[in-house]
Amino acid sequence: MGRESVVMQTQQQVSEQIGEIEADAAARAAQTGTRQAHPLRDYPPYRSTELRHPTHDLVRVDPEEIERLSPAFGHSDVDPLEADLTIQHAGEPLGERITVGGRVLDGEGRPVRGQLVEVWQANSAGRYVHKRDQHPAPLDPHFTGVGRAITGDDGSYLFRTIKPGPYPWRNHRNAWRPAHIHFSLFGDQFTQRLVTQMYFPGDPLFALDPIYQSITDPAARERLVGRYDHDASVSEFSLGYRWDIVLTGSRATWMEPEDADE
Amino acid sequence: MSEQTPSQTIGPFFHYALPYAGGAQLAAGHRADAIRLHGSVLDGAGAPVADALVEIWQADAAGAASRRRGSLQRDGFAFTGFGRATTDLAGHYGFTTVLPGTGFATLVLFARGLTHHLFTRAYFGGESALPAAVPADRRATLLAEPDGDRSYRFDIRMQGEGETVFLEYP
Repeated sequence: MGRESVVMQTQQQVSEQIGEIEADAAARAAQTGTRQAHPLRDYPPYRSTELRHPTHDLVRVDPEEIERLSPAFGHSDVDPLEADLTIQHAGEPLGERITVGGRVLDGEGRPVRGQLVEVWQANSAGRYVHKRDQHPAPLDPHFTGVGRAITGDDGSYLFRTIKPGPYPWRNHRNAWRPAHIHFSLFGDQFTQRLVTQMYFPGDPLFALDPIYQSITDPAARERLVGRYDHDASVSEFSLGYRWDIVLTGSRATWMEPEDADE
Repeated sequence: MSEQTPSQTIGPFFHYALPYAGGAQLAAGHRADAIRLHGSVLDGAGAPVADALVEIWQADAAGAASRRRGSLQRDGFAFTGFGRATTDLAGHYGFTTVLPGTGFATLVLFARGLTHHLFTRAYFGGESALPAAVPADRRATLLAEPDGDRSYRFDIRMQGEGETVFLEYP
């Protein structure tokens, strides 16, 4: 069955690596009192990281004035209709109609106002409208899977879409990505720039997925999982998910509160 | 204190979502002060990275940060300071912009296999403007090299020989 000549790793081998790296990270966190919110860039279970991570430490510099600002996006850049991924074609897309909404906040809990949020995702069958996606699942002529929004004065955003399906990839044998929506975010400062993925609660693929697991702190990973919010569901129409996003900056680690004064 | 939402890789399938018309044209090419800033993105084996996204954020020619909208809907005149380019099959990206009055442009790199984006800066005026924290033997990696009429080359090496200096902010 193998479509690739190189021997692909099994899920069990990948899962063992995931477990070892997480145990190492937990031991290091206990020793140093710092936890890493962001994923490891050098993360062997996700094969493509091998040649795409820097081997030198990042050089810490103070942000320059321009970097303490962000591009000024606004409603002249984004039509409010772009936040509805279900109305971009003549017909209704197939799948489970959902809304995903929440707030974009900075590290002090202040709203990030008037900033750009971009999303993209697979359709309900787990297929992207991308020429390089060769997964033999059907394309949906009524679904592209791209949206944009500008945050409100309270930092809020809301997308109406279809729940994306999980899909296979070729990181290892029988590798599947949990269902997710890609998010691209700008904060008030360019140093807060973030691209990430939002997941759905209770996905059985979480433990198996090296992209999700590249974040070694379980509490940090959890912050990527949206919450089902019955109050956001619309009767006889759509299920509601809520996901707040926090942009503190590019800092890779945070100190435990007792170390905060150091 | 709220806690940072972690990064995840941009993955391989962003091309139909993030690039937009005029994204790489911060300034019209026929402007007298227009420059080209371009280069290759290379991985640890020196192979081109054909599925990277590079963004630029910079001051205008006078050194001021633009507060103008219109980065996504270009009108061909306003300088907003932001641009977005994808690499082509040869791993090459390019922007049309102006020389930033501050002497540098901030770049951010996203790619499949990169779990968390990387910041760097392209400096146009020589090494003296670089932050002191950049080690002596790696300073040249932050220099945009003139390679033609109003053209500057800035290669981004993700790993290995000549690895670009990537930055983090406190």
